Amino acid sequence: MITTLHHRGPDGYGFHVGQGVGLAHARLSIIDLATGDQPIHNERKSVWTVFNGEIFNYVELRAELQKQGHVFYTQSDTEVIVHLYDRYGDRFVEHLNGQFAIALWDAEAGRLLLARDRAGIRPLFHTSARGRIWFGSEIKSLLAVLPECAALDVQGLVETFTFWGPADPDSVFRGVRSLPPGHLLAIERDGTQTLTRYWDWSFPAQGASPPPFASIEDATVELRSLLVDAVRLQLRADVPVGAYLSGGLDSSGIVALVRGFTETPVRTFSIAFEDAEFDESEHQQAMVRHLRTEHTTLRCSRRDIGEAFPTLIRHTEAPVLRTAPAPLMLLSRAVKAAGYKVVLTGEGADEVFGGYDIFKEAKIRRFWARQPGSKWRSHLLGRLYGYLRHSPVGSPALAQAFFGQGLEHLQRPIFAHVPRWATSQRALAFLSPELRASIGPWDPLEFYERRLPADAMSWSPLARDQYVEAKSLMAAYLLSAQGDRVAMANSVEGRFPFLDHRLIEFANRLPPQWKIRGLREKHILRCALDGLLPADIIERTKQPYRAPDAQSFFTGTEPLDFVADLMSADRLRAAGYFDAAAVGRLFDKCRAGRATGFADNQAFVGILSTMLLDETFIRRPSHQ
Amino acid sequence: MSSNASQIRAGIRSYILENLLFTSNGAELADDASLLDRGIVDSTGVLEIVLYLEEHFAIKVKDSDMLPENFDSVDNMVRFVERTRAAQ
Repeated sequence: MITTLHHRGPDGYGFHVGQGVGLAHARLSIIDLATGDQPIHNERKSVWTVFNGEIFNYVELRAELQKQGHVFYTQSDTEVIVHLYDRYGDRFVEHLNGQFAIALWDAEAGRLLLARDRAGIRPLFHTSARGRIWFGSEIKSLLAVLPECAALDVQGLVETFTFWGPADPDSVFRGVRSLPPGHLLAIERDGTQTLTRYWDWSFPAQGASPPPFASIEDATVELRSLLVDAVRLQLRADVPVGAYLSGGLDSSGIVALVRGFTETPVRTFSIAFEDAEFDESEHQQAMVRHLRTEHTTLRCSRRDIGEAFPTLIRHTEAPVLRTAPAPLMLLSRAVKAAGYKVVLTGEGADEVFGGYDIFKEAKIRRFWARQPGSKWRSHLLGRLYGYLRHSPVGSPALAQAFFGQGLEHLQRPIFAHVPRWATSQRALAFLSPELRASIGPWDPLEFYERRLPADAMSWSPLARDQYVEAKSLMAAYLLSAQGDRVAMANSVEGRFPFLDHRLIEFANRLPPQWKIRGLREKHILRCALDGLLPADIIERTKQPYRAPDAQSFFTGTEPLDFVADLMSADRLRAAGYFDAAAVGRLFDKCRAGRATGFADNQAFVGILSTMLLDETFIRRPSHQ
Repeated sequence: MSSNASQIRAGIRSYILENLLFTSNGAELADDASLLDRGIVDSTGVLEIVLYLEEHFAIKVKDSDMLPENFDSVDNMVRFVERTRAAQ
């Protein structure tokens, strides 16, 4: 099992076999290079752990535990886990500030604990088979010993073709479950399993209590202080630390905080696209000059993306609806080639501080829904999506008709996500009739509403939108396909200071208008970074990171070889997931360059990636 | 290209079936069905339709004509093409 995870930990393997348990670990050495090998145990060797990730506050935890009499035998962050468990039992996890997937074995109690970080940064999968529990950081480690799981799960596929990633605990493999973020799974000696949520995104009821700060100025001071501390903690490493620089506010802010408040030298990395529509290199270069960092730019062509795609899907272990993860995988390769194992990124700021267009779009649609006949209210939609060549708001009247759909869902907690999910779900029309019949009636709106906290309707509308976004797109797709998986593909660890849980909890308590002021997104974050960044970066409207989609798989009208093969009618029919005739028409449309909208591109990339998944893990498995 | 209403209708139906519904089954497209309400097109899908109408029926769609009521169903598109050709 463990050798399938070599890319996550190329620096060595470690094992512990006890009565009833086997733990294995592949190490990526970042902290305590000399003595930090895992598994790690407590003083009496009664508690053992293997974990993937980082405990950023281990220095403080260690000092506190030593004061309480605990004796450490390494300098690693891992060791605080076993001592915290000794002291606090299952609540040990509440003391951790970090990104982690932990397996902990309590030999005396004969119980296994699996724990995952609050935001869902590090993956952790498990399944029950042959009278045992099996777990691993990636699904391929399970498939290595459980070939019966090497089949695609229809429900997981449908969720991915709707929410962009499977809704935990589902995965796209049969019987394989993802431990949800912020959860702890205890497996007792008798096999009893208890899943406990120890943390969740939570927001105050609207109007229930006064704002936690007298003014936005006071909150900004506190935010700056928290940002500095989050960056300071996440710079902890015994290897040099790099950073991604997209040219936007978030990653620029992280690098500026490193430069302004620490002595740590930082090397920066960015992606430039040959396609001007996606390229942000002008802004990246401006930031490099401002921050005076040693910088590497990876230039990425459509062909680079297309050719990297099969490797990408081997790492994502799920279909993707966009190619955007592929350049990030190529970027982490450049990071590794430069001798770096760790990068800080700006991921998370949009979810925490309300940065995405979907939040502004929902704000306008809610405002509009109060007077559906109003033309000028809906014209505000024209302020969004200016970065798109084929903007959905290119024609105001048509945009009104499109975004006006679903206004009847105004009172529902998933209101903001109705248009996006409707667009993504158009890909389901390509499923084979047999597969569609096996799904039966499935309403994604009701499905997601059942997952929301009981008090969600008492929160502000923005808070509800943030919650759904953090749970669906961020945890299931961004932190996985665009985060952990594409960094770890090249043995690189991504770190996300904006997802420090103290920052999330701080931001969640703020009034919504401090996050989105009018239509100015991330208002308070801009205030907190004021003075650290050039004014044009501070004021720059968010441009989401995107890459060329269906066009990446064709040279002119010629498909790449693997694309021609996998999208052929014979292969599609043999796999059985899709309607070969319908996909053939979509293929022709993409080949002719006539697929300009999101829906067609998402469907094409989703279908191709599903076929690759089938090819990689089911038809020609290399993991066994 | 010169064509009467039935040819216009056939052309539009064929285009939508082939390029937006990805099927050859004509029963899946009612001429009076709202393409937006049925989720067949989003606003970029309507832009594709406009491009098709301009290229195949030699008409020019003005910005002021970019209204859902002109493009939301096969019936509406046929009427729009006929009206526009008569005016040009």
